[in-house]
Amino acid sequence: MSDLILTKRMNAHPGDSHTLSRYLDTGGYVALRKALFDMSRDEITAEVKASNMRGRGGAGFPMGVKWGFLAPATPRYLVVNCDESEPGTFNDRQLTERDPHQLLEGIIISSYALGVKHAFVYIRGEYPKSARRLQRAADEAREAGYLGESIQGSDYSLDLTIHLGGGAYICGEETALLNSLEGRRGEPRLKPPFPAVEGLYAKPTIVNNVESIANVPWIIENSGAAYAAIGPERSAGMKMVSVSGHVNKPGNYEIELGMTWRDFIFDVAGGIRDGLELKAWIPGGASAPWFVPEVHLDTPFTIDDVASNGSMLGAGAVIVMDENTNVVAAAHRLVYFFADESCGQCTPCREGTTWLADVLKRILDGHGRPEDIDLLLSISESISPGLKWPPMMTTICPLGPSAVSPITSITRWFRPEIEAMISGSEVSDV
Amino acid sequence: MTQAISHWSQANQERAAKILEAYPEPRSAIMPLLYVASLEHEYVSLDAMTEVAGLTGVTPAQVQSVASFYTMFKRKKAGTYLISVCTSISCYLMGADEVLEAVEQESGCHHGEVSSDGSFSVEHVECIGACGGAPAVQVNYELVEGITPATGQKLIEWLRSTRPEVVLADEMQQLFGGQRSFDWGSTEPEGAIAPVPAFGPYGSAGTDS
Repeated sequence: MSDLILTKRMNAHPGDSHTLSRYLDTGGYVALRKALFDMSRDEITAEVKASNMRGRGGAGFPMGVKWGFLAPATPRYLVVNCDESEPGTFNDRQLTERDPHQLLEGIIISSYALGVKHAFVYIRGEYPKSARRLQRAADEAREAGYLGESIQGSDYSLDLTIHLGGGAYICGEETALLNSLEGRRGEPRLKPPFPAVEGLYAKPTIVNNVESIANVPWIIENSGAAYAAIGPERSAGMKMVSVSGHVNKPGNYEIELGMTWRDFIFDVAGGIRDGLELKAWIPGGASAPWFVPEVHLDTPFTIDDVASNGSMLGAGAVIVMDENTNVVAAAHRLVYFFADESCGQCTPCREGTTWLADVLKRILDGHGRPEDIDLLLSISESISPGLKWPPMMTTICPLGPSAVSPITSITRWFRPEIEAMISGSEVSDV
Repeated sequence: MTQAISHWSQANQERAAKILEAYPEPRSAIMPLLYVASLEHEYVSLDAMTEVAGLTGVTPAQVQSVASFYTMFKRKKAGTYLISVCTSISCYLMGADEVLEAVEQESGCHHGEVSSDGSFSVEHVECIGACGGAPAVQVNYELVEGITPATGQKLIEWLRSTRPEVVLADEMQQLFGGQRSFDWGSTEPEGAIAPVPAFGPYGSAGTDS
């Protein structure tokens, strides 16, 4: 197991890892000085590209490649996505609350490399402590000459604005986030144009996740090659994984990918609580198709192995369910989330997610009908034709197709359980 | 293009001016200004939306379309203490529905309602990023993790009897919380002064007055 990158300081110094004095005392802002005075902008970008880091926000797109798409026009913007709202994820919260200077240094280096003079951090409204800690860090950094005018006496200046969201999951989608940051409804935009060409205020914009940017100081200090050498080739680097549900040791773990799911769930996360059996788990947040112990325990925990088994690592949220879990109720809870959070632009998502939630509720309430499983699959098919993974899109963004994952999961792995609930039902006109 | 809102409190006028300075385009200030307007008017009233429109150079209808999209802009007066109970998947698996029931019973109001004395409003909300410390609730968006039906009920009793002016997450966590998503580290000095996220530029108490 490699050394920790992102959580090293907060583990060693729990009392003050968020302060500038502790940050400086533990090697902070060394990478920034190296970037400003010893490296060209292209050299910084080349190191990030060489790290092979795949964006940590969920899509897994290589960060350096994304940076390469930034159009030449100015002004241009860096927007850091801290709208962490995928059910099961809470690692950006820890990174911002516990080590805000690490993120800030990543923002300053990245902005310098990208030729950005004004960066934004979009933090979900339910994370006021993250915003306060990052704002205080920015104030301290400005005072000490790491942010603002002529950083460390160089000719580089950077402004930073922290923006709180208003409670909308969809704003984690990068174009919805940009609309929201512009003071509009958080509705995703059609792509192309991609944000790197026409983003915030229709200017070239890079949107990166908190965890991705927080890795940048380490990469600059230690080299992209050193980062790429950690873990499996196509899942390079350390990954923050949030685990929740029926495990003995829920929490965030910064791990090297490549271990089996068995090792992760039973060793890292401490196994299933109360001595119960594992029934199923979601490997990558609410949007991801479920895994089951009979099939997936020895599957390696990597981006590509999870994908080739029909699911995704997403933003790194593992949700574990024990043998007593009512899978129809769990699926209903997940689908209800998507129905609640649908922005309403696209009919298949707006209507489909609500119908899925209603049919699941009917089964749960003891009014299921024999045709309901087929009905669930038929509605799902209308949202995501072919029910493939990754899903075929009928919508502007992936929210609608994500709502289908719980349906395909429970009908594939737990069909007899749903049938039993339905056969015990009283048919009604609900 | 923009006009000052002279009847706002001095503190809120200053907040609004700073927020407008923080963005290249004034329209981006709509959401932050809606939070400040909620402090001024106790909720996002029609007057508040009209004032924000004036500050940002858009029409009141445009502000209303933004305000109505996001769940955290309350367009009716909330209780002094807004209790948000997370009922998304991880909290659900750990017993959130029972926590919600206990909170509703003790506060006397159901989802979307305000208690008769105006002290509480209760809502069930989607994931608040506290899954490792499930089930979790927020009071005026300040977090308590590892709550149970019994401690949830005690939390409401405590709010009713002590009526804290500043809602502090660490204080509530210590009194009523349990399992956390992660080690919170040192105590956080700032907290909420209203059912609005406590962030200095939008209004909070502690290091910011």
